[in-house]
Amino acid sequence: MIADLTETIIKILFIFSINVGFYSPILGWVERKQSALMQDRVGANRANILNFKIIGLFHPIADAVKVLTKEDFIPEGADKFFHTLAPFISLTPAIVTFAVIPFGGNYELWGHSVKLVIADLDVGMLFIFAFASLSTYGVVLGGWSSNNNWSLLGGLRASAQMLSYEVAMGLTLIGVFMVYGSLRLTDIGMIQENFFRWGIFMQPLGFILFLTCAIAENKRAPFDQPEAESELVAGYFTEYSSMKFVMFWMGEFLEIVTISGIVTTLFFGAWHLPFVTDQMLLSWFSPAGPNGAAILAMIVNVLVFFLKVSFFIWLLMTIRWTLPRFRYDQVMRLGWKMMLPLALLNIFITGIVLLVWK
Amino acid sequence: MDIMTDSAKNLHTEKMVINMGPSHPVTHGTVKFTVTLDGETIDDLKVDIGYLHRGFEKMCENGTWEQVMPYTDRLNYVSPLINNVGYALAVEKLFGLQAPERCQYIRVILSEMARICDHYTNIAAGAMEVGAMTVFLYFVEARDLLWDLLEEVCGARVTANYVRIGGLKNDLPEGFAAGVARAFKTCRELWVDVDKLLTKNRIFIDRMRDVGTMPAQEAIAHGFTGPCLRASGVPYDVRKAQPYLVYDRMDFEIPVGETGDNFDRYLVRMEEINQSMRIVEQALAKMPAGPINLDMPGMRWQSKDDTYSRIESLITHFKTITEGIKPPAGEIYSAVEGANGELGFYLVSDGSGKPVKCRVRPPCFPLTAAMPRMMRGRLIADIVPTFDMINMIGGECDR
Repeated sequence: MIADLTETIIKILFIFSINVGFYSPILGWVERKQSALMQDRVGANRANILNFKIIGLFHPIADAVKVLTKEDFIPEGADKFFHTLAPFISLTPAIVTFAVIPFGGNYELWGHSVKLVIADLDVGMLFIFAFASLSTYGVVLGGWSSNNNWSLLGGLRASAQMLSYEVAMGLTLIGVFMVYGSLRLTDIGMIQENFFRWGIFMQPLGFILFLTCAIAENKRAPFDQPEAESELVAGYFTEYSSMKFVMFWMGEFLEIVTISGIVTTLFFGAWHLPFVTDQMLLSWFSPAGPNGAAILAMIVNVLVFFLKVSFFIWLLMTIRWTLPRFRYDQVMRLGWKMMLPLALLNIFITGIVLLVWK
Repeated sequence: MDIMTDSAKNLHTEKMVINMGPSHPVTHGTVKFTVTLDGETIDDLKVDIGYLHRGFEKMCENGTWEQVMPYTDRLNYVSPLINNVGYALAVEKLFGLQAPERCQYIRVILSEMARICDHYTNIAAGAMEVGAMTVFLYFVEARDLLWDLLEEVCGARVTANYVRIGGLKNDLPEGFAAGVARAFKTCRELWVDVDKLLTKNRIFIDRMRDVGTMPAQEAIAHGFTGPCLRASGVPYDVRKAQPYLVYDRMDFEIPVGETGDNFDRYLVRMEEINQSMRIVEQALAKMPAGPINLDMPGMRWQSKDDTYSRIESLITHFKTITEGIKPPAGEIYSAVEGANGELGFYLVSDGSGKPVKCRVRPPCFPLTAAMPRMMRGRLIADIVPTFDMINMIGGECDR
């Protein structure tokens, strides 16, 4: 009992510090530096402590100090309660969804079985969908309660876009569930121990569709119509300042991490290295004793998982800094007339293949 | 079903009137659109200009003919050298004079470099507004290379004030041709990068194609000139139609579009960059040696040495500075091909040292005036590429 509780608390602390403490500040820096690299610029490099600059890594700290000391502005005529509530609704799902994503396998430590996932729900993927839908409320409320026409347009665009793409995204994943026969993300991860059963080989079309829908859900270029800065000023968060603005911003970054986590888990072998099974890892580390071997295997798996996640974060950022943005009606047309039929086709083909296979 | 239609009929809806600008990300150049929206569809759009009005034409009447030159820098501040050249040519036409050969070549070179800078800025900003931030910085880098060269020539990057009536401030610096060759090499590489990022990019094409379309007849009726008119398929270019300076000796093409939509405007500008580079290279190769200023003491100041050592030079200098040069009474209209279209100067002189009237025909004024025609019934997002591609410059439009 005590052991289970300690284990859960450690896992929560670990994921929380990785996501909120590491990824969300560092991604601001990564985005600046990566866009700078792509655009032949230097990027953020001015923040310093005692003249130490370490390639601009102090900028997240400078940013934090800045936003915390800024005026928290609520526009006249805005609905104070909902205006304040919106960023919380937007940020919470982004943090919570990572709870069901496994970042490692099962390990036997001193007779205690450790499973590297905070909540091993049998409806894992549905849980993620449920919370992703919740974050739509944050955006819509933010847009509506700001008493600003631009915000309102942004909020409306966001709700239409996120609802449409959720449909296509859900249908895309049905193919994945058909192949693996489970909604539980840890099961899906386990099956991918075999390199040739990685999601990318089982569901290549599904992967492309899912990634596209996920970017649309994430509201980043080329799908950033809700905040399209040249059309709607800043869309739904035009009237936000200080920490509330940062909460929207953090929500966006954490969603990138979550999306990368889901893509890794569903399509890219979760915590597994190609051609390396858990058993092989344990036997390689066996000189360290059974517990030592388990710990080393655990470290390798967690590292592999987060390296894959970081790769997808990089990919999403590259896409964001390369492509221009769609027009609003084009996004909707793409969602309903391309993604949805393709997702249905994917289910159909998967079904036929599964039938023939068996 | 009946209940649905009934409630839809009885539902109270209003059109949303929204102010886009004067301080809005898309209205660079400071302009205001009063947009009436039905959902996201533009029901009506009113253009409100004048936020950058400085009284240019009135200011000109209070200075001597030569003191107008720095004001012209601020007309189209993205390609100030063309304005300089345009004004100098107009005053020279009033006098009935022609600048020396070498001066004409240098004016052509710098005009074309300014045109390239203008097109770079326009395409870069246009791409950035539709979300392609990387393209923006690629072309800004290319523009910076050219600005470095212009800085070597005239000492300023934006406010050039380089051309003089009957001549130039100074000759080209040493090693200018080599510098141009070096810069153009990088510029061409960046051009290829941008071409790859945009021209066949499906998202970019979707945003630009069939948006802001102007058929040739209507474009002419609205008074379009420049890349926007040529995108509609009318091969009108002042450089070819009424050649000035030494453009008739240059070998270059006029790119022409087909449909007159934003994508054609983009393609025309991209190709004009190449053609302008060709002109610069030809002009540099053909440029003769010789004086850059007219040898007329009453028109063009003499060297500082002469002014300080010879009494006649000192007197002419003093008189031209205090009274200004005096063209014969009369009025003229003279046009050059600006980066946005026909940039015309209509000057009236009563024989004194100051202009009676200095009227500018800004190329982007008719383009901006056509915004409501192009935007009615379109989506709010279509304002972005259209307004970028007509390239309204506040300094020139509002004066």
